[in-house]
Amino acid sequence: MTITNLWVVLEPAENGFTSTSLELLSHARTIASSVAGVTWGTGNMQATLAGEYGATTLFCVDVPAQALPGAAVAAAIAGGELPDLVLIPTSYDGRDIAGRLSARLRRPVLTNATNLSADGHTEHQIFGGTRLVDAHFTTPGVGIVVARAKSFVASSSGGAPATVTPLAIPDLGRRGESSITNRHVEEQTGPKLEEASVVVAGGRGIGEVTGFEIIEELAELLHGAAGASRAIVDAGWVPYSLQVGQTGKTVKPDVYIACGISGATQHMVGMKGSKVIIAINKDADAPIFQMADLGIVGDVKTVLPALAAALRARSK
Amino acid sequence: MNIVVCVKQIPDPSAPQSLDEHHNLNRLGKLLLDEADTYGVEMALQLAEVSSGEVVVVSMGDATDLTGLRTALAMGAARAVVVADPTLRGANALDTAAVLSAVISSVSPDLVLTATESSDGYTGTVPAQIAEFLGWPSVTFAKSLSASENSLTVSRQSEAGYDEVTVSLPAVVSVTAGVVEPRYASFKGIMAAKSKSVEVKSLSDLGLTLNQGQAISAVTEAPSREAGEKFVDDGTAAEKIIAFLESVKAL
Repeated sequence: MTITNLWVVLEPAENGFTSTSLELLSHARTIASSVAGVTWGTGNMQATLAGEYGATTLFCVDVPAQALPGAAVAAAIAGGELPDLVLIPTSYDGRDIAGRLSARLRRPVLTNATNLSADGHTEHQIFGGTRLVDAHFTTPGVGIVVARAKSFVASSSGGAPATVTPLAIPDLGRRGESSITNRHVEEQTGPKLEEASVVVAGGRGIGEVTGFEIIEELAELLHGAAGASRAIVDAGWVPYSLQVGQTGKTVKPDVYIACGISGATQHMVGMKGSKVIIAINKDADAPIFQMADLGIVGDVKTVLPALAAALRARSK
Repeated sequence: MNIVVCVKQIPDPSAPQSLDEHHNLNRLGKLLLDEADTYGVEMALQLAEVSSGEVVVVSMGDATDLTGLRTALAMGAARAVVVADPTLRGANALDTAAVLSAVISSVSPDLVLTATESSDGYTGTVPAQIAEFLGWPSVTFAKSLSASENSLTVSRQSEAGYDEVTVSLPAVVSVTAGVVEPRYASFKGIMAAKSKSVEVKSLSDLGLTLNQGQAISAVTEAPSREAGEKFVDDGTAAEKIIAFLESVKAL
């Protein structure tokens, strides 16, 4: 397939679109001659931003504020003339839109993409990022691709504001029978996990739920963000929003400090793009050491408090 | 409340993984219940127990080994249906969802629970695809849920925290790990599971043809990271880390 017309799903965020959305939009204009954005909610306010990153048209779906967007946005996209490919961010709502759109159009979806080329081929990682898979669509019709965060660099094209075009939502039947009754915003201090230049992450090796306090303290001392392995998220020690890995967030900080994390393949996918990796683990054979620029074979329960004390002393 | 839980049998995730000549994951030997699915099974059992309902596990994949499905049955599910067909090997997410939806329609439950994604394929689109095929509402990434008469209240993970969502039934809900603590099967449960029904269906039983439409062109080695220096902590680990952070200008 050759991609001429490419639509990028732009997920609304405070003051604009999510960073992944802008990354995908920036990449889209390097591979397609005609690029449009699809957004919902207050998105029609963001024609300038969409244009600045390369969209000439911004399709807006009028999703009610209390509705989950998946079914409505997918139906709205499917209801009109389709582009060659729809590129969607890997996110909670992005996956809903992709899945709904795929089933509605009976078109396959390529997921976890870390690259997309002008001929419609995608790249994604398997086996903990040790292998790269080149995949493509084999039958004619619209391509649906879900791409991971941090796969591309967001850059402004200096384009004029996009032309806003409403996209109607067809009758959803029972599909729309869900509503958001309340939104809880978890308090956050310091930079976002995905945007922090330093990430300090804890795994099973921290021993118990209170062991995460030192991870958070170190993150604060280094002006970074705290992250976690799946093991301690599953154990209920920290919320899912802190999970780094295949099922969680993808981070590419300047420094990633893995504390008591053995380096399961599922974790590595989410952090192997870090500029430098420091690993502290009791087990000298832990796989994390194979990719650590600095490896400390030691107990996080003694190393981390000493590190925190030394950093506190420096900041005085 | 009658509940279907979609589950996947996967090769032991702690064992080395490999691909066959068609770039499909080798699924030889014992097939285990994906740990990500144990949360949905547990949640379903708890919801069914208070409403005198039944839990049916539905799966697609190889049926040469049923260890994983027996685990779900031993936990307390009433029966299992698995669609096993040689043509389904390497099936994509869309076809997987079509197959699961066809079985779900024949069971006609009040609720379908799934994991957010399988541990081996991890497309993460199947729950929404199933909901779209069935024409139902869906809530993905549920971190807790409670049932009332004809609806569910779900705490759904969001980028900023979580949203409280109400959804009418029947619906599809995907649950995150940690939504409940999965039980261990009791000895009694394990014994009972041996006589529970595992119905194996083929694609033609469901009257389905595959959509396919995607293929893998190549699988290559990813550029690997080189390991750097490694020290055994002799009490100077903190100093070494600080010196390293200074060298990369992080301090």
